[in-house]
Amino acid sequence: MKHVLGAVCGASALLLAVPAMAETTLTIATVNNGDMIRMQGLTSEFTKKNPDITVKWVTLEENVLRQRVTTDIATKGGQFDVLTIGTYEVPIWAKKGWLVPLANLGADYDVADLLPRIKDAVSADGKLYAAPFYGESSMVMYRTDLFEKAGMKMPEKPTWDFVIDAAKKLTDKGAGTYGICLRGKAGWGENMAFLSAMANSYGARWFDEKWEPQFNTPEWKTTLTTYVNLMKEAGPPGASSNGFNENLALFNAGKCAMWIDATVAASFVTNPKDSKVADKVGFALAPNTGLGKNANWLWAWNLAIPAGSKKAEAAEKFIAWATSKDYTKLVASKDGWANVPPGTRTSLYQNPDYLKVAPFAKLTLASIDAADPNKPTVKPVPYVGVQYAAIPEFQGIGTQVGQQFSAALAGSMTVDAALTAAQSATEREMKRAGYIK
Amino acid sequence: MARMATTRRVVVSTIGAWFFGFLIFFPILWMVLTSFKTELEAFAIPPSFLFFHWTTENYATVQERSDYLLHAMNSIIIAGGSTLIALLIAIPAAWSMAFSPTKRTKDVLLWMLSTKMMPPVGVLVPIYLIYKTFGLLDSRIGLVFILCLGNLPIVIWMLFTYFKEIPRDILEAARMDGATIGRELVYVLTPMAIPGLASTLLLNLILAWNEAFWTLNLSTSNAAPLTTFIASYSSPEGLFWAKLSAASTLAIAPILVLGWFSQKQLVRGLTFGAVK
Repeated sequence: MKHVLGAVCGASALLLAVPAMAETTLTIATVNNGDMIRMQGLTSEFTKKNPDITVKWVTLEENVLRQRVTTDIATKGGQFDVLTIGTYEVPIWAKKGWLVPLANLGADYDVADLLPRIKDAVSADGKLYAAPFYGESSMVMYRTDLFEKAGMKMPEKPTWDFVIDAAKKLTDKGAGTYGICLRGKAGWGENMAFLSAMANSYGARWFDEKWEPQFNTPEWKTTLTTYVNLMKEAGPPGASSNGFNENLALFNAGKCAMWIDATVAASFVTNPKDSKVADKVGFALAPNTGLGKNANWLWAWNLAIPAGSKKAEAAEKFIAWATSKDYTKLVASKDGWANVPPGTRTSLYQNPDYLKVAPFAKLTLASIDAADPNKPTVKPVPYVGVQYAAIPEFQGIGTQVGQQFSAALAGSMTVDAALTAAQSATEREMKRAGYIK
Repeated sequence: MARMATTRRVVVSTIGAWFFGFLIFFPILWMVLTSFKTELEAFAIPPSFLFFHWTTENYATVQERSDYLLHAMNSIIIAGGSTLIALLIAIPAAWSMAFSPTKRTKDVLLWMLSTKMMPPVGVLVPIYLIYKTFGLLDSRIGLVFILCLGNLPIVIWMLFTYFKEIPRDILEAARMDGATIGRELVYVLTPMAIPGLASTLLLNLILAWNEAFWTLNLSTSNAAPLTTFIASYSSPEGLFWAKLSAASTLAIAPILVLGWFSQKQLVRGLTFGAVK
């Protein structure tokens, strides 16, 4: 009997002792891209410094992740402690009270060092709701050898007229070289990211100050007509199904003279391991029409804590580590400066070691600086966001409009019909959501 | 002359069958080939079919980055568990509807099928909330349960069709010999329905193995099966086609092998009752 009692007491003592010794396990949801995978690989450096924290990774494809994380946060499921979210979600989720404001990132975190545009994009009401992990804009990537051969020189701030003219001249369909590769695959984050930014440069906007959709304006008509005609004349075949990856493959294979897309692509196209044209790539700002806005977007992947997490303190510790200056140095020491996550901190763009290995650094910074999420268009707008409007309805509307525009590019619809369809679809959704009567 | 015509027809149809078989199999073959390429060769235009630098580097990377065995084990438990439970429920249900139908049987069958008519995303939030309340999120038992429910209508329908083909006279003869319902079910009906049962089991196993909506949405890390393993290698921004192919090859390998060895049963079951 004594033994049994002793055993029971011992067991209870052990059970009681467990919580005191327990480790905090953080579940981190993230997207599958090179920088995030690298962070996973370096997690042991964080857990070495914080032996009481263990980390579990859930890596998912971007769209799957968005659906998964939104379900969890909307139902307060509490399955994740750190989320990887885009600049589109941050203001919407912050407003709904779904995110924990990041107020304890530590004394040496240096919030002032964050790039002002990026910091704006992840803040709401003056509070930081997410910490940027890497940021990007879009720019022109072009083949210096083809431009030289044709006797042309790419200006640092090209106009659309120059780009269109060059694209036509550099197209050699017989040799399988196309003047320009642009996104055509339907989706709010696919063709609409590019087209919204292009429209901004032509003076168009998604909504006027009263949330009325603007696809019936001449600015949108010019944008879409220019885009469709340019792609017909100087784009690769089947462009209406090309997204980032398809264009990256085409550019790396030497099929495109120009490609306007995410600045993050710069490190891919200049990497000789992945690209056949690595040593022949030049960079320029996204084109403009002289109205004051370039056709470039602003995006960042950020780490945030969902309001349902019970481990906010440990989660914030992790976020502070992963987005710190020291993390950048850690990546540089392991994989070299060319592989550090770009586009979030001013100090990186003043670092001579980084500037030496990243010929695209100056233009990445200039592109990010040129995109203002709070004032994205020539005319005033009621929304925040350059290539999107940060309202919950935008994902659905953006994809619907994207399908119409993709159909116009494929030639199964005229530009006018696509714009009319886009206008009526957007009007319907905005009425349903109560923005307009 | 007639023999020559027959021979020619056999040759033509054999070539035709091989051609279409190859055409259908080609995407899988291409995926397997891509998994042995480097990322640069994976998207090379024009693509190289066999003459490229073969490498197993992608498999090593995938192995290093994710715990394949954990995901595979989860897939086996979830697909196997849900199939077995579904069969346990479906056999008596289909039996009763096939051999003692009432005037409502047809309605019941249609009602069961109607649960498959709504897209699953329509009930995602309620199911998610229920699972959260009962602590079933990211648990194998939770996934077994939902996949079992999801596939049950199909299993019952398939078994119902097979059972209908079994002549009632045989059952009556068994009853005359004094067999109870249980014995009738175990010793008479089941052996006769084995081809049908086997193909239902296999088909359900394949459906559960490939189910990618609930498994992605209700699991995070502990219960995540191979579908999440594949999803972690897909990316709209970055070319990881070779790694994605390696992950996909690893994910389909077990079920492909199982299907290969059991194709005889599968075909027999699927064509069961086709010829009277």
